[in-house]
Amino acid sequence: MTVQASLAGNGRELTIKVDGRFDFSAHQEFREAYENVPGEVKSFVVDLGGTSYLDSSALGMLLLLRDFAGGDGADVQIVNCNADVRKILTISNFEQLFTIQ
Amino acid sequence: MDGIKVLIADDNQIDRMVLSRIVRNQGYEVFEAENGQQALEAFEQFAPDIVLMDVMMPVMDGREAARKIKYNAGEDFVPVIFLTSLTDAQSLADCLESGGDDFLSKPYNHIILKAKISSFYRMREMHRTLQFQRDTIASNNEHLMHEQHVAKAVFDNVAHAGCLSAPNIRYMLSPLAVFNGDVLLAARKPAGGMHVLLGDFTGHGLPAAIGAMPLAEIFYGMTAKGFALAEILREINVKLKGILPVGFFCCAVVVDLSFDRKSMSVWMGGVPDCYLLRAGNPVPEVLSSGHLPLGVLNNDKFKDHLTEYQMEEGDRLFLWSDGIQEARNPAGEMFGEERLREVFERAASPDSVFDDIQHTLNDFLQGTDHDDDATLLELRMVNESELEKADVKLTSGPIAGPVDWQMRYELGPESLKNFNPLPLMIHIMMEVPGLRVMGGQLYTVMAELFSNAFEHGVLGLNSSLKHSADGFMQYYRERSERLAGLEDAYIIIEMKHSGDGHSGRLVLTVEDSGPGFDFQGLRKRSGTQANAYSGRGLPLVAGICESLSYQGIGNKVEAVLRWPRIQDGSNTDGTGRAL
Repeated sequence: MTVQASLAGNGRELTIKVDGRFDFSAHQEFREAYENVPGEVKSFVVDLGGTSYLDSSALGMLLLLRDFAGGDGADVQIVNCNADVRKILTISNFEQLFTIQ
Repeated sequence: MDGIKVLIADDNQIDRMVLSRIVRNQGYEVFEAENGQQALEAFEQFAPDIVLMDVMMPVMDGREAARKIKYNAGEDFVPVIFLTSLTDAQSLADCLESGGDDFLSKPYNHIILKAKISSFYRMREMHRTLQFQRDTIASNNEHLMHEQHVAKAVFDNVAHAGCLSAPNIRYMLSPLAVFNGDVLLAARKPAGGMHVLLGDFTGHGLPAAIGAMPLAEIFYGMTAKGFALAEILREINVKLKGILPVGFFCCAVVVDLSFDRKSMSVWMGGVPDCYLLRAGNPVPEVLSSGHLPLGVLNNDKFKDHLTEYQMEEGDRLFLWSDGIQEARNPAGEMFGEERLREVFERAASPDSVFDDIQHTLNDFLQGTDHDDDATLLELRMVNESELEKADVKLTSGPIAGPVDWQMRYELGPESLKNFNPLPLMIHIMMEVPGLRVMGGQLYTVMAELFSNAFEHGVLGLNSSLKHSADGFMQYYRERSERLAGLEDAYIIIEMKHSGDGHSGRLVLTVEDSGPGFDFQGLRKRSGTQANAYSGRGLPLVAGICESLSYQGIGNKVEAVLRWPRIQDGSNTDGTGRAL
């Protein structure tokens, strides 16, 4: 499992890419990926293209990110999910909280 | 280096004195022994930190002494360094083989000697630290386990199994930790029927259990007081949202089983698909989650809509937490939905599905442990009569609690628009232990009389509208229109209880601001008492009460209930429906 963060759009957009199993072991890294970013990030993209599996603590981490990004007004996109990951997000009805592509 | 004690054992007096002097000059405290036996005694007496010992000694040689010192030291690490004039590799290796930690060749080199003593002392200290930490961890762990077991006992009392032992329920729980991240609750409703909740908290163990406590408390408390499932869900959601940190939530499927209407209402939030297996159809219907988990949304965004399914006797609903599908075999494969579906396809009969799932899962896992909490549940539609009578605990002898009291509760138009007083009223009645046994019947009486007063009395709606499907729509349209324009209306609920702890009598009156109705004419037309008030949902109520009478212009009704009540079986199953 690796977590990589990169800034784009003049530091306004932060992309967090999670590879491998996205579970509790990613907790610390995932949080650090968005908490210590310099400047003002307006939108967040979580790239799950390399994520093989997602568990409920990962869902919790996504909620934490959403909260950090402003709660109901947050701009958080989840992109590149494979079918299994997509299914877990759907079961949890996370479309209601995130933009999922 | 203060206080480091070194034991020197050598039968050669000169050698011993030379070494002692060197070591003492380096600032260590020195004890001397002339042979292995003395070394052993000195070890017991002075508890040295390090032993420097000649190999060849009379009485007891160095090797045996070393072995005994090591044995007596137990878990402590006492470095033994052999002193030897031998220089061939094999002899030096033999020193270490026989239990020594190092060797030192004669003649002694001061610098190396000093370095070795301090190096072994560091190792000894490290060993001590390690042992201390190990003991601390062990005792903390023991302490934690003890606390968890005590907490578990409390938890089990709060989140008790409710009516999970009912004959229409089968379940399997496999707890991963002392506490289970999965919660399984079931409770009989006072007016008949059953509420069931299967929840899966983020994570497991203590954090999950902490969330499960208020959930269980609310679920059982509100169900017993007659709240509707949607209201209970809303309360659980707001509670969990308030107490759980962001990122913690509870996926749940909640079922309201109505045995008399043979229907089931389901709310699913963040849980895997459930299967509804109907008698005579081997292909199950798939029910999918339509909501976010509990504890995620604020209550203004929370949706408490339940989906209703008609069921026949013998139809079954299968529920599970994601731990079932996500259970992994030794090869790391997940059990998955396909395998689950195949179990249904291959099942010999609906009866065997539950066992088949368990067997298939166990075969698949081949003895590996579940890596998540896994819960499996089967709910079967039955007749209420198949269940035992709701749990009745009437201890013999006089019963403590309120027995002589009365109250008057008047609701104005704003309260009538926005507030359901039934749970509160039921709660007050339930404080009387003798009435608690009659929970379902009291609920029926209270609900019928109140809804008649409200819908027919205050709102002036005509129940005959409800005879047709169109009328039903019209009824509810009118209901909400009239409710919105409600002014100058009231309902007064009065209760008076008297008794002595062995028996009691409750007089309940409900008065409304409506125009009343011709109850005397109605009674004359229909002859027998039992059917006197048909059309107002009252035969049922009359069957429960000792007496039921309308008063005044028909806007006030008085019901008298007596306990203990002689059970007469059939018509007291307590359905809350208006006829």
